[in-house]
Amino acid sequence: MSNQQQPDLARREFIGRGTALAATGVVLAPGVVLYGVAQAKPADEAVSSKNRWGMLVDTSKCSSDCNDCVTACNKEQGLGNETHSREGQRTQYIRKVELHHKATEVTHSLPVMCQHCWSPPCVDVCPTGASFKRADGIVLVDRHICIGCRFCMMACPYKARSFVHETLTDQKPHNPRGKGCVEACNLCVHRVDEGREPACVEACAANGSNAIIFGDLNDPNSDIAQRVKKYASSEIRADLGLNTGVRYQGI
Amino acid sequence: MKTTKFLEIGSGKGYYGLLIMLGVFILAGLSSFFFMEHNGHWVTGMDNQIVWGAPHVFAIFLIVAASGALNVASIGTVFNKQIYQPLGRLSALLAVALLIGGLTVLVLDLGRPDRLIIAMTHYNFKSIFAWNIILYNGFIALVGVYIWTMLDPNPAVKRFYKVAGFTAFVWRLILTTGTGSIFGWLLARQAYDAAILAPMFIVMSFSFGLAVFMLVMMATYNLTDRPLGDAVVRRLKNLLGVFIAGVLYFVMVYHLTNLYATKLHGVEAFILRDGGIFTQVFWIGQIIIGSLLPLGLLFCRLTRHSRFWIAVASALVIFGGFAQLYVLLIGGQAYPLVLFPGYEVSSGFADGVINSYSPSLPELVLGFSGIAVAIAMTVVGMRVLRFTPVSLADEVVDPHHSK
Repeated sequence: MSNQQQPDLARREFIGRGTALAATGVVLAPGVVLYGVAQAKPADEAVSSKNRWGMLVDTSKCSSDCNDCVTACNKEQGLGNETHSREGQRTQYIRKVELHHKATEVTHSLPVMCQHCWSPPCVDVCPTGASFKRADGIVLVDRHICIGCRFCMMACPYKARSFVHETLTDQKPHNPRGKGCVEACNLCVHRVDEGREPACVEACAANGSNAIIFGDLNDPNSDIAQRVKKYASSEIRADLGLNTGVRYQGI
Repeated sequence: MKTTKFLEIGSGKGYYGLLIMLGVFILAGLSSFFFMEHNGHWVTGMDNQIVWGAPHVFAIFLIVAASGALNVASIGTVFNKQIYQPLGRLSALLAVALLIGGLTVLVLDLGRPDRLIIAMTHYNFKSIFAWNIILYNGFIALVGVYIWTMLDPNPAVKRFYKVAGFTAFVWRLILTTGTGSIFGWLLARQAYDAAILAPMFIVMSFSFGLAVFMLVMMATYNLTDRPLGDAVVRRLKNLLGVFIAGVLYFVMVYHLTNLYATKLHGVEAFILRDGGIFTQVFWIGQIIIGSLLPLGLLFCRLTRHSRFWIAVASALVIFGGFAQLYVLLIGGQAYPLVLFPGYEVSSGFADGVINSYSPSLPELVLGFSGIAVAIAMTVVGMRVLRFTPVSLADEVVDPHHSK
């Protein structure tokens, strides 16, 4: 990215170096964190297509009575603070879906969120370019230029997007949510940029399910890349050919 | 055939009375907009499942009718049909007015209407929506020039009459293709994802636009006591009949094609048989009241010569148009997205369930105010400029009229 596109580079550099300095301090603390921060790119380094962040959901490990990923997401992103909105108007980034096959009777339980498509229909249809995909495959909404037309919600095959129906207070600084704009799972981009895992993945691991793993699909040595290479996995609505970043094993 | 004389309409009590009534509607629409904008969309019937609601039904009806209303002018200019030429000015005025009415509703329903300037400055050229913004603005500008070439007697301007008319005609076809493609290119939704929606929208525009034009023309000539001959009315009502049949044909092909595809049986069964209100609106509203009944009225021996019944038929076509867009827009969203074919699905976010929608009052008021904007612009336009011929009597407009 050129300097013209980042007029506030000096400020960002300052914040970046500050963060790096703070991170070094953390590195000296527990080992787990050391691993996480070791993967983080410097804050002043642009994201690139070297990485393709993705998730693999093993549905055989996901139980229908567990909702921890949803709870963790809501907490991390500051969701659920609507005071007026009806049930169908409230925001969700991730939801648990229960499946029952009509012919074979097999059942599955799995989380569905923004699938972070490589060819996202929401980005195609957005008139202003507010819906965009980062070079590393994370699909985001630029809240500064979203006009709230909701065409992306019509186009998303996964019903992954929500519209903010009211003024919200008590928001998370890393996830500002404006009334009249569209939002969706951002793959916890604030965590990913710090080398951490999304909140849902962390919660799923914390309860021992380990049904969702996160990583860099472009890194052949990553756990996720090795798993998708070894085991059959699929995309939801694979017929659309969107090349989703979120893949499923077991359905 | 004599040279057509055009004159502004008068400004009696009726004129101001109508404007006051329309003004009340427009003010109510503005209040609705401020109410929705101030509170957020939680005060509407729309949600994360039915993301486009009643305002969009109104807006898209007006936009589709706008391009269709221009047809009368196009037939005169592009296809050189003399009987249509005196109607060209009103046709073009109505087209612009309807489009502005529709866009007003569309824009005032945005989540961030204050960012309209962003929609004009940030373009994603892969988005059909972005193209439509250009197409709508271009239409207004082109038809503006077209109107100028019709109004200005200066030969230097008149020279461009044909070119302007032809360009506006081609532009309007592209515009309606763009409007239809808003839905036709929604590949993920079972009710949309069909190339036929673009040409279907064009034929819908012919039908809805002409119905609106006929009502406005008959009302204007009735209220201003100007003569309106049978030749014009007969021509237009026959054309309307052809257009209604055309829409029916496209609707039939659309559904037959879907019925052939097993994966679309679910959505077809929903619209045609099991969809409750949507099935009723489709069969009773769109097909019977909105298509078959007006066809009957326009061609039945007992009613086809009656101005009253022709006006009723036109109104029914408009009603049918709203019904059709309601089924397509709301019904299309009410049917759940199919993420997992072959599975029964359930979730805490309305997966696998039929979504319900009841429009709130502000949404409906905003929609009706769009119609009021269109009528008000047309009426004021006719008052200040010479849009309407003094007479549309047979001997004035019909080149084949025999005394």
